[in-house]
Amino acid sequence: MDFLVDATTPGQKILLMVMVFGFFLLVMAAVLWIAELPKVPKWVTIVGFLGPAVLLIVGGLIYPAILTIITSFQNTSGDLVGLDNYQTIFTTPNFRTVLFNTTLWVVLVPLFATGFGLMYAVLVDRAFGEKFAKTLVFLPMAISMVGASIIWKFVYEFRPDQPGVNQIGLLNQLIVLVGFEPQQWLISPPLNNFFLIAVMVWIQAGFAMTILSAAIKSIPDDIIEAARMDGVSGFPMFRYVTLPSVRPAVVVVLTTIAMATLKVFDIVRTMTGGQFNTSIVANEFYSQSFVFGRPDIGAALAVLLFILVIPIILYNIRQMRLSEEQR
Amino acid sequence: MSQAPTTPDTPGGEHHGDPAAKATPEGSDVAERKTPRKLTRAEQRAVDAKTRLASPWASGVAIVLAILWSVPTFGLLVTSFRPEATIKTEGWWTFFSNPEVTLDNYNGVLYNPSTDFAGAFLNTVVITLPAVFIPVSLALLAAYAFAWIDFKGRGMLFVAVFALQVVPIQIALIPLLQQYVSFGLDGSLWTLWLSHSIFALPLAIFLLHNFMMDIPRSLIEAARVDGAGHVKIFFSVLLPLLVPAIASFSIFQFLWVWNDLLVALTFASPDIQPLTLKIQNLAGSRGAEWQLLSAGAFIAMVVPVVVFLALQRFFVRGLLAGGVKG
Repeated sequence: MDFLVDATTPGQKILLMVMVFGFFLLVMAAVLWIAELPKVPKWVTIVGFLGPAVLLIVGGLIYPAILTIITSFQNTSGDLVGLDNYQTIFTTPNFRTVLFNTTLWVVLVPLFATGFGLMYAVLVDRAFGEKFAKTLVFLPMAISMVGASIIWKFVYEFRPDQPGVNQIGLLNQLIVLVGFEPQQWLISPPLNNFFLIAVMVWIQAGFAMTILSAAIKSIPDDIIEAARMDGVSGFPMFRYVTLPSVRPAVVVVLTTIAMATLKVFDIVRTMTGGQFNTSIVANEFYSQSFVFGRPDIGAALAVLLFILVIPIILYNIRQMRLSEEQR
Repeated sequence: MSQAPTTPDTPGGEHHGDPAAKATPEGSDVAERKTPRKLTRAEQRAVDAKTRLASPWASGVAIVLAILWSVPTFGLLVTSFRPEATIKTEGWWTFFSNPEVTLDNYNGVLYNPSTDFAGAFLNTVVITLPAVFIPVSLALLAAYAFAWIDFKGRGMLFVAVFALQVVPIQIALIPLLQQYVSFGLDGSLWTLWLSHSIFALPLAIFLLHNFMMDIPRSLIEAARVDGAGHVKIFFSVLLPLLVPAIASFSIFQFLWVWNDLLVALTFASPDIQPLTLKIQNLAGSRGAEWQLLSAGAFIAMVVPVVVFLALQRFFVRGLLAGGVKG
């Protein structure tokens, strides 16, 4: 029964997959069966329903998180070193670059993605071909960030500027057409960071557009009508009617994208691997933990990610409370 | 990333409506507008005509932008069907003057033992399906208890589960890996199934609980009065009403797991590498082999794109209900 752990052939993998489905169906059936027994104590029912999920969450999320927090205060041989790892992160030039890049990402991606998403949501609202256009803009959300990275790496592809050599990357082709020299966009800092950030904006703008478009459509007709009767249209309509109405949604979109950006790792990993001064905290966590053999620094970076998320989510919740009170 | 409940200004408010309406899929996605009262069709048309955006310019610009947005993807798609020599010597836009088409790239990347994307495709499928099914089944049970069984500490426990959505998965990875090693599971499919399930459960419980709470209490009470137990209530009252909610979450989780890199990179042994990992490796080791990269990327994309296009409205509904994870 080795394949229960080490499924290697396609047949074994599929068989194991089917068995897993069966196993978890059995778990469900068992819980429901126990709940249905006559005179079963209530706590047994509750443990049955909640037990499997709580067990996985406690054993697979809470306990490991606590271990990581402890590791972040230790060195690689397990001695307590206080805040040394954090000090390293905040004082070493390399890590400072990482923190600076992360700040760039977390500020720019939400701003540009939400800005474009809002503009597009207004533009496309009740436009001809609305559904089709929205689907195209939303589509990058469906593909993997690895796939998106390949798509954009190809756009940024560089060929040396020699006679007889054609550019195969779209961006460099456009640059050559305008009469400039082709560039290795992903190599030279700090500009290369912006080319990575563009990929995340491309992915997240569709998310922003979808949420904001829904918010725009839920503005009551009578408000729009009333404004129109007063002769408001065009930009003033957007500035004084649309924008105030969707403000809470804008805040949620900004914070949500900020949190996603903080944790994103795939783009940097696939496009530069964090080289050329493009690393960000989520990528550096991986490099330190699994490539450079510094799980202590990795742990501190993971904890840092967690700490950075908290103010954003608190702000988000507060905004939601506020907007609920307004109603 | 995780995202707390719906803002009132997004039509996630839909969920607070009549739950029976949720069971019937809506015709269009978010485009559906809530009007204060039911208008007759003629009135509706009058309103539409009055409010319809007059400017064809806006429509034109919107379409042009959408097409520009898709150009990078289109370029790679065209590339994946061109011969290797052509890909490496001229830009994809020359395809229109030099339309050569070949399937060699796909054949090569799928079946060449050095890339073996066919095997990776199977791995992705085998990883993804249970990683959707396990959290859905366990979260259904948990959400049922949170929604319909009264017990002490229920509120506290639910808030704790809700709060766990914000924990970045990075913080759990290394200790989790050590646990798998000590159980002798390291490198196996189990590590991926369990990890994805664990990371999905807080959001799954939260979403399904919210949808369950929208089901009128009277419906459950009536069933109880009729002598129905948990099993009967669960299957014949709740489950049919929850189909859209389950669909929303499942699509989310499906896309998330199919497209995941971090979890696979941390846990998967070479035998079970999914597509994303293969592509990332390829980009690192053979970054100039665009015939492989382009075809490989589209092999990985085709399933999520089809799922997304077919079930877009469930996906959008999940988004609006706060289903954003990371």
